Amino acid sequence: MGYGTEKLMEEKVFKDPVHRYVHVRDRVIWDLVGTKEFQRLRRIKQLGTTYLTFHGAEHSRFSHSLGVYEIIRRIIDDVFKGRPEWNEEERLVSLCAGLLHDLGHGPFSHSFEKVFDLDHEEFTQKIILGDTEVNAVLMKVGADFPKKVAEVIAKTYSNKQVVSLISSQIDADRMDYLQRDAYYTGVSYGHFDMERILRVMRPREDQVVIKQSGMHAVEDYIMSRYQMYWQVYFHPVSRSAEVILTKILHRAKHLHEKYYSFKQHPIHFYSLFEDETTLEDYLKLDESIILYYFQMWQEEEDSILSDLCRRFMNRNLFQYVEFDPAKEYKKMAELSLLFKKAGIDPDYYLVVDSSSDLPYDFYRPGEEEERLPIQLLMKNNEIRELSRESAIVDAISGKRRTDHKLYFPADFLSDYTSKKNVKKQIQALLDR
Amino acid sequence: MLKDHAKLMYAIEATGEITGRKKLQKIIYIAKKLSFPFQERFQFHFYGPYSEELTLRVEELSNLGFVEEIREKKGGYFQYRYSLTDSGKEFLSLNEVEMPCLPDCLLDMNEQNARFLELVSTVLYFENLSREEVAEKVFTLKSKQKYTLEEISDAYSYIESLKEKAKSLV
Repeated sequence: MGYGTEKLMEEKVFKDPVHRYVHVRDRVIWDLVGTKEFQRLRRIKQLGTTYLTFHGAEHSRFSHSLGVYEIIRRIIDDVFKGRPEWNEEERLVSLCAGLLHDLGHGPFSHSFEKVFDLDHEEFTQKIILGDTEVNAVLMKVGADFPKKVAEVIAKTYSNKQVVSLISSQIDADRMDYLQRDAYYTGVSYGHFDMERILRVMRPREDQVVIKQSGMHAVEDYIMSRYQMYWQVYFHPVSRSAEVILTKILHRAKHLHEKYYSFKQHPIHFYSLFEDETTLEDYLKLDESIILYYFQMWQEEEDSILSDLCRRFMNRNLFQYVEFDPAKEYKKMAELSLLFKKAGIDPDYYLVVDSSSDLPYDFYRPGEEEERLPIQLLMKNNEIRELSRESAIVDAISGKRRTDHKLYFPADFLSDYTSKKNVKKQIQALLDR
Repeated sequence: MLKDHAKLMYAIEATGEITGRKKLQKIIYIAKKLSFPFQERFQFHFYGPYSEELTLRVEELSNLGFVEEIREKKGGYFQYRYSLTDSGKEFLSLNEVEMPCLPDCLLDMNEQNARFLELVSTVLYFENLSREEVAEKVFTLKSKQKYTLEEISDAYSYIESLKEKAKSLV
């Protein structure tokens, strides 16, 4: 018996609040979970700064990754197994890809990727294909196995059915994070009947389709997704924390470029600042390291860096107002000048944040075939796009809302010990 | 403010008009691969490199009234045309965007059809692979498009000509 088919003597289970249990029987999966690269995901929060809004949202990418694996395992073992359209030889690569799909995420990855021009997907590839414990486990299955797993995650694998299990408009990734994020944030949205959806999934030549009888369960899933976006993912307070985090990183990089002498030298950031981050450097980063620096930088001489770090660590976030760039871009120029007059640097303290700055997407029907939409398998075997059959989905996947907010430090502006008149002018402009 | 939006507006203005979401996606992706500083992140989707950020940003520009999106029925699906509105032009005039060599490359790409740009962007996506491996990827992942070896070769030549164009204008 080869390593790829080796089973554990006894099934291992992880207790999980979303799926009750995560079942592991395959030796490969158990070994992958034990690698240091996978264990690192325990120290990276799934929702980044959202815990500053929803205090329960401390869950990690580790638990999400196990959840995605478990959903794929149930689809394959409980629904697809034995069906002629499903090739059982794809089971292990599907499970491994589900487990490892987020492996390259770094600490607060959204902000880090923006500031340092990184791509977590690239690091996922590097971890799977590079000199790592994960690669060593996968190589034991076969010399080309790491490449196969990497291709599934990169969506360039030849079997699109396998890709769509992990990455499509109704995939294991989304089904796990919607439920998990709802559970940990404590909101009442995000719940849908996953068991029902899994039971009506059917493998087809190059995708996974949903039996027509499951349409209402899918409608519920789309509604959950829609509500979670606006209530949790796009929450303006979490975005405020994200804005501050981004500005801390910009400031630290700027100071490094200006040869500022840090009290706490940013050793772990050097390769990021110099744009030469190796895999080894990257794997040393996690949120505990980053928060250590933020904690220490509260004592820095540079008033902007220390202030931003204090704000982040103590949750003294920026205030916000709704902002319409089309009507108010001239006001923005005026505000920027007034901020300078007030001695508040607008580059760090006056920030427009747009919905497109966030990493989440909506359900799109997929016109021009750019993204594969959710397809229903009708009773006559015809395939129909979901929004053509469901009025609810059609209504919420039409013209989408977009949103812009203007963030600023309200406490600075209400401090009248200096520049009182300018600050009053700013407040009047913001209130207008 | 909205610097990344302004870059997209600059690109749309430079071309005059872009027809098709797919074409817009591929043009920006190719420009990014030519080292023009677009910030949108692309991933490989079923039909090539695609950026959700780009889709959302263009949607925002359309909702703001800076970009006009005209929806037209074409065969069995809808096609979209994008151009800059007067208020978009005014906004852009107040926001400096410095990509002097971009318009020439964009105009050239805009004259190509979406099918060819899809191939070019796919070849660029796999640029770290050998030509043989790229051809294999194209035949496997885009089997429905039925690209030929000759077209793949044309894509390579076209990428070289774009690189020259981008370089000569620096």
